[in-house]
Amino acid sequence: MAIEELTKVKSKNKNGRVEQASSPAVEQTRGAGVSPAVAQTSPSAPPLKPKAKVTRLKEHIVEIISDSGEGAQKCGQSFGAIVARMGLGVWTVEIIPAEIRPPARSVAGASGNRIRFGSTGVTNGGNETDLVVAFNEQVLLGRVRANELKPGCTILIESMWREDRRVAESYSTAIDELKAAGYKVYEIPMEVECHKHMPDAKKGKNMFALGLLIGLYSLDLKVGREQVALTFGKKGAKVIESNVALLEAGYAYAQENLDFRYEIPAAKSTEAQIVVNGNTALALGVLASGMEICAMYPITPATSASHYLSDVFEVVGGVVHQAEDEIAACTFAIGASYAGKCTVTITSGPGFSLKQEAIGLAVMGEIPLVVVNVQRGGPSTGQPTKTEQADLMSAIYGSHGDAPKVVLAPATIEDCFYSVIMARKIAETFNMVVVILSDANLANSQAPFTRPVFDEAWLAPPIDQSAVPTGAKPYDWDSKTGLARRFIPGQPGGQHTLTGLAHDEDSHVAYDAEINQRAIRARSLKLAALQKTLKPPTVFGDQTGDLLVIGWGSTKGAIEEAVTELREQGKKVSSMHLTFLQPMAPGIKEILAGFRKVIAIENNWSDLPSDEIIDESNRRYTMLATLLRSRYLVDVDCFSECRGTPLKPATVRRVIMEALS
Amino acid sequence: MNTITNNSMPTAPGLASANNALLELYKEQYELEDYQKGVPRWCSGCGDNAILTAVQRLCRDEALAPEKTVFVSGIGCSSRFPHYMNTYGVHSLHGRALPIAEGIRLARPDLKVFVNMGDGDCFSIGAAHWVHAVRYNMNMLAMVHDNNIYGLTKKQASPTSPKGLKTNTTPRGAYLDALNPLTVTLGIANVSFVAQVVDWIPKLLYQTLSEAYHHPGFSFVRIIQRCPEWLPTHLDEYLRDPERVLLLTHDNGLTLDTDLTKRYTKIEEHDPSDIHRAREVASGSDPIPVGILYRNENVPRYEETRSDTRLRTSALIRKGLEAEFDKFTIWPKGHQPQHA
Repeated sequence: MAIEELTKVKSKNKNGRVEQASSPAVEQTRGAGVSPAVAQTSPSAPPLKPKAKVTRLKEHIVEIISDSGEGAQKCGQSFGAIVARMGLGVWTVEIIPAEIRPPARSVAGASGNRIRFGSTGVTNGGNETDLVVAFNEQVLLGRVRANELKPGCTILIESMWREDRRVAESYSTAIDELKAAGYKVYEIPMEVECHKHMPDAKKGKNMFALGLLIGLYSLDLKVGREQVALTFGKKGAKVIESNVALLEAGYAYAQENLDFRYEIPAAKSTEAQIVVNGNTALALGVLASGMEICAMYPITPATSASHYLSDVFEVVGGVVHQAEDEIAACTFAIGASYAGKCTVTITSGPGFSLKQEAIGLAVMGEIPLVVVNVQRGGPSTGQPTKTEQADLMSAIYGSHGDAPKVVLAPATIEDCFYSVIMARKIAETFNMVVVILSDANLANSQAPFTRPVFDEAWLAPPIDQSAVPTGAKPYDWDSKTGLARRFIPGQPGGQHTLTGLAHDEDSHVAYDAEINQRAIRARSLKLAALQKTLKPPTVFGDQTGDLLVIGWGSTKGAIEEAVTELREQGKKVSSMHLTFLQPMAPGIKEILAGFRKVIAIENNWSDLPSDEIIDESNRRYTMLATLLRSRYLVDVDCFSECRGTPLKPATVRRVIMEALS
Repeated sequence: MNTITNNSMPTAPGLASANNALLELYKEQYELEDYQKGVPRWCSGCGDNAILTAVQRLCRDEALAPEKTVFVSGIGCSSRFPHYMNTYGVHSLHGRALPIAEGIRLARPDLKVFVNMGDGDCFSIGAAHWVHAVRYNMNMLAMVHDNNIYGLTKKQASPTSPKGLKTNTTPRGAYLDALNPLTVTLGIANVSFVAQVVDWIPKLLYQTLSEAYHHPGFSFVRIIQRCPEWLPTHLDEYLRDPERVLLLTHDNGLTLDTDLTKRYTKIEEHDPSDIHRAREVASGSDPIPVGILYRNENVPRYEETRSDTRLRTSALIRKGLEAEFDKFTIWPKGHQPQHA
């Protein structure tokens, strides 16, 4: 591929030193709608002003990456919020290194954000990146090597490293290689430009970059200023002012030095939307569910939900209790639930494993409890900041003995909000443990959804303190549904000792074989009773066809995008996404029967049929595929990916094409 | 039973007696039978029986409404305790009684919370919760039934088994020095009440539990008790020789009856507000110090620090929720915010 011809653009910094910035040669240009805001902020030395070529797009994927602590995440989140405010569809994904401060300029240390935005709704992080802003070449190389960048994509990179003797060589080598590989590289003296507005230029680069992006994507600078004010609102007027100055400088730089612009027309939205990530949505759901106590222990990637909740829960009289460990968090929640206030505990994989014994107690004692597991890569410490869907089996079958519990999985950020409200209701109606399986992908992605309209029915009813009817028993299991009325402390006449030991209807320790049989049956029947209230899942696409793709959790957007694309090309493919994993909704078998082939696509491991020693007698299937095969006796195939990254629509498309061939 | 009783834990033992007298008028009188349930399945001679009797008496004397009282236990012989109380109870998991009790306490300040644990339960598998329960200082009475041995699982060494004790897991004698629960507890931030008693002096057992019950905060009472099944002679020397028990007394601590002082002549005047002396007393194990080692009513209680007295109405929740939504809302052009 051709290497860009570079034209030198001169600009002066404070010290009067001449810095070199680059701007590619312009092949073809047409008039750009330059905002009047530029005129006010142009630098003292008038630079060459290339004519910009404007390209109209349906959507684009932008990444901004830096060393940890340089603010790329803040820049990305702000950019996501700005495009959302402009009425565009957006999905942002955090790029997080596993360490808090990895060494500067390291390939593994990339920290930042990916923003996919487009004219219509965006439901996932998409495929590869179209444009990337990088603060150094090392973090950029990390992304190149991870195959996250589109071949030949546009790169805007900080050029100061050319002047740094220690790294100049590795920098220029990297840039040369990238150019040779066909990337369109624009070197930008970010720090030099920022220096004109701020003494510590390192800190302000992110807002400069934000201004660049606003300029490049022809967005409204006014909305950008408002967003900066929101982002730094707590830090006072002075901080806002200097950051707005940097934003405007970046915007002006793009107007004056870069020869291309993009325009992505926004579809007109008439309804209010809220933009949050999945963890904030979960926390808002806790608020809206009427629950009063959240007991937690810090764990990635679940903790940000508790951070947010800690900040706001007290406003509505709620308490976030940071317990001494995961087990204490779960048992504390069980205690509060037992006392009449259904409680939530939020965790991730390792914490979920630690809670399993306590979850069993809640199952045995029939105490309502909501457990949120924001899944990460496992087993063991695994990949704390990366996404995976491998806790499905431990959620359904976890805890020793027969411990039936409800398991549901939000598939979108909006689902994260409503799933907590639903979980609380199910937990209290059926006196069961409800596990919500979110994941790192949902936790760290932001996308707008319709602003919820408050409903009093979301809230928990007041605690029943009425006297228990004479003769009533604490576990008066209904012979058809297994349901029993729960006695809450304070109810006169309801005194009994709840126990994790096998017990009879009076909660007396059971030494009799028949009693255990009866109690296990009752606890199991409750799942069936819930299942009878569920509606069959909806099929995305036609009810019959050549292939049905099944998924659960955060992969919904990617799967449906690929299915939509292939259906437009005439492929007879549909998809189905399950919210309830335990119990499974009725009608699934009938849906499966409508397709020639069924494949589950999941982010949990399945052996590869291509591996030499793998065959039908030993292949491990993905978790949902295993469940579907055993329940419906259908030969469900599966595709799995455990890269720690969100599933891409292109991957789904490839898998579907292979399955159809 | 009439349920109109004094539901709040007393805030200080020295609460104005006139106030108490007034409350008495509204108190329902209860009998011992109101708190008894079933026939305990503990071995005869087991210290658990003495503790159960003392606690049932305490409940009656304090006229606790059985439906407003919760006993939480872990797993072990002693943790069967709630099954023999005609109150609400949770017989939970090995080591986890304390966090469950804390959850109950935070959710329902109107309930009286008692905790019964064994030495393995509290000092071994539940040790993290013990340390932090002291730090939270939530209002509850925690009793550790310490018999120096695992009973229900049949004679294994516990953290308080003395070095050299032969058990099924230490057939040639326990390898480690015993843990001293009193010095540990007295070393934890926010400690507010520490007492120790022995199961064979019922009067002191009752008196100590009563003081602990009235303490506003986390009352930690270690009860040294006999296990006739696995360690039938383990404490005999202490039982036989009154000189091997050291009674702690003070105007701010326990006042001793003459029948006690006649038999037990080793007595120390110990001011429970003196934590330094308390730590010294706690580090002695022979004679066994008995009484209140430490009491501080001014330590903040976690549930009061954290809980909100406002009524959680749906209007309050809605207001808070809408304000949060506002923070994240993108309004379409021309649509004014409803909650500006």
